Amino acid sequence: MEKRELICIGCPLGCPVTVSMEAGEVVKVEGNTCKRGDDYARKEVTNPTRIVTSTVMVEGGMDVTVSVKTRSDVPKGKIFDCVKSLKGIVVEAPVKIGDVIVENAAGTGVDIIATANVAAR
Amino acid sequence: MKAYDIVIIGGGPAGLAAAASARKNGVTSILILERDKELGGILNQCIHNGFGLHTFKEELTGPEYAARFIEQVKELGIEYQLNTMVMDISHEKVVTAMNREEGMFTVKAKAVILAMGCRERSRGALNIPGYRPAGIYSAGTAQRLVNREGFLPGRQVVILGSGDIGLIMARRMTFEGAKVKVVAELMPYSGGLKRNIVQCLDDYGIPLKLSHTVVEIRGKERLTGITIAQVDGRGKPIPGTEEDYDCDTLLLSVGLIPENELSRGAGVAISPVTSGPVVNESLETNIEGVFACGNVLHVHDLVDFVSEEAGAAGKNAASYVLGQRREVSGREIQMNPTEGVRYTVPSSIRPDQMEDKLTVRFRVGGVYKNCYISVYFNDERVMRRKRPVVAPGEMEEIKLEKAKLLEYPDLKTITIKIEEA
Repeated sequence: MEKRELICIGCPLGCPVTVSMEAGEVVKVEGNTCKRGDDYARKEVTNPTRIVTSTVMVEGGMDVTVSVKTRSDVPKGKIFDCVKSLKGIVVEAPVKIGDVIVENAAGTGVDIIATANVAAR
Repeated sequence: MKAYDIVIIGGGPAGLAAAASARKNGVTSILILERDKELGGILNQCIHNGFGLHTFKEELTGPEYAARFIEQVKELGIEYQLNTMVMDISHEKVVTAMNREEGMFTVKAKAVILAMGCRERSRGALNIPGYRPAGIYSAGTAQRLVNREGFLPGRQVVILGSGDIGLIMARRMTFEGAKVKVVAELMPYSGGLKRNIVQCLDDYGIPLKLSHTVVEIRGKERLTGITIAQVDGRGKPIPGTEEDYDCDTLLLSVGLIPENELSRGAGVAISPVTSGPVVNESLETNIEGVFACGNVLHVHDLVDFVSEEAGAAGKNAASYVLGQRREVSGREIQMNPTEGVRYTVPSSIRPDQMEDKLTVRFRVGGVYKNCYISVYFNDERVMRRKRPVVAPGEMEEIKLEKAKLLEYPDLKTITIKIEEA
C-alpha cells in the first residue's frame, strides 16, 4: 500500500491529509476534517492539474512582453513541458486577450493563449 | 480650475471599481488620475491565475481581471488621465497633479476617492546586517522585471518572507530556469495563502523554513550568498542554527504598506494598525467627502474583495455628491476590535448612513484553532461563528444588519473578538 501526504488547500486550516492507495486506486483518506478535504485529496492523487501561466516576448508593441496561460488546466506532470513550449516564441503586436500563442501545448490538447492586450507601437 | 464631482486617485483595481460604481449610481463627472502608462495597476504584472473566483465565478489571471474593469470604465465613458502623478490633495479637495503635457495643474473635486494602493516593505525596514550588493530585490520588483520587462534578475534565489508575492515569484522564477533554494519566514506561520504554499512551493519541492530569518548577506558588488538562522519566540536568531546558502539573488516578500503620503497631506487620520485611513461605514475618512478603498485602506489578500469594497466606496461617494445622504441623527457606534482581532474596517458606524447589510473586514493577530468569532453589542453577545482556524494571512469578515443595530437604541460599542471554543 502506497501512502501520500498532502496539505488540503480548501481553507486556511490546511489539514494534513494522508491518502492510502493500492494499484492506483484510493482506498482511504485520513486527516481531513470535511468533505472538501476528501474531494481535494482524491483529485490531487489521481489526476492533479494546474493552469500554467508565463510570458512571451512581443515585437513592435507598446509592451515588450505579453502574459499567457493554458486555456484550461493541464496535468501537473506537463507543467514544465508547457513552459518549455514557450521558449523562444516572439509574437507580433497587436496581441489581444484570447489570441492563441501555442496550439496544443506539449501534446496536452490545450492551447496557450494571451491574457493581456498589447497595442502595436 | 477644472472641476469634477468625483476625482479618483489611482487607476488600479480599487480606482476602477470605484469609478464604475459611482457612474452606475448616477454620477457622470468623474476623473481617474493614474501615474502609470496604463490602467489596471499592479494586476498587470500579476500574470498568475486565481483572480475573480468571487467576482466573476471563474479563475482569471491578473491582466484579464484588470481588463474586465478597464473595459467597463471605457464603456461607461469615464474620463481618466495616465502618466499623471498626484502631488497633493488639499483639505478643501483641490487635487494638484502633474504630467508631461500639462505640467502642473489643479482639479477641484466635490468628493475624492483614495485608491493609491500599497507598496512593498523594503530592506531598509528590516535591518539585515551586511553589505549592500546588487541582487537584492523586493518580490514585486522581481515580478515586474520578469513579467513585464522580460528580464530574469538571477539564477540562484533565496526568498525572505512568505508573503503571497514571494511565493508566486518562487514558482515564476523556477519556470524561467532559476533555482529557488529556500523560503525563510520569520514568523512561526506563513503570511501567504495556503493555496500558494502548496501550488508555488510544494509543487516544486521548494522548502519553507518557518521561524527563520536572514542573519548575514555576503558579497560586496554582487550578492554571493546569505546565511539564515532559526529565531526564538521573540524573533532573535538562535546561535548554532545558522545555514549558509550560495545565491545571486535575494527576494524580499516581507509585507505591504498602504501608500498614504497624499492622505496624510490632506489631513486624513491614519490608523496605526493598518497604516490606512480611519473610516466609517461609508468608507469615508475624517474629512467629509474623502473616501478610501482597496489596499490604501488596508492590505487585502484577494482582489475580489478590493473590487467589492471599492464598489461600496464609489456608491457612497455618489450619494454624497448627489445629496442623497439620509438624515443624520449624529449617532455613531464605535467598533472595538480586541482579544485577537487587530482592527476592523470600518472603525465606526453611523446607523443612519448604513446600508441594510454592512461588511466589516478584519484581521486576527495570530493563529487560533477551533475558535469563535464573537460579536458583542455593548456587553451582550449577539453573534458567534465557529471557525476551525483563523490566521493573520487570511482576512476575515462579518456582516452586520442595520435592522438588528436599530433594535439597540443604546448601542455605543460593537466588540469583535476571538473566543475559545
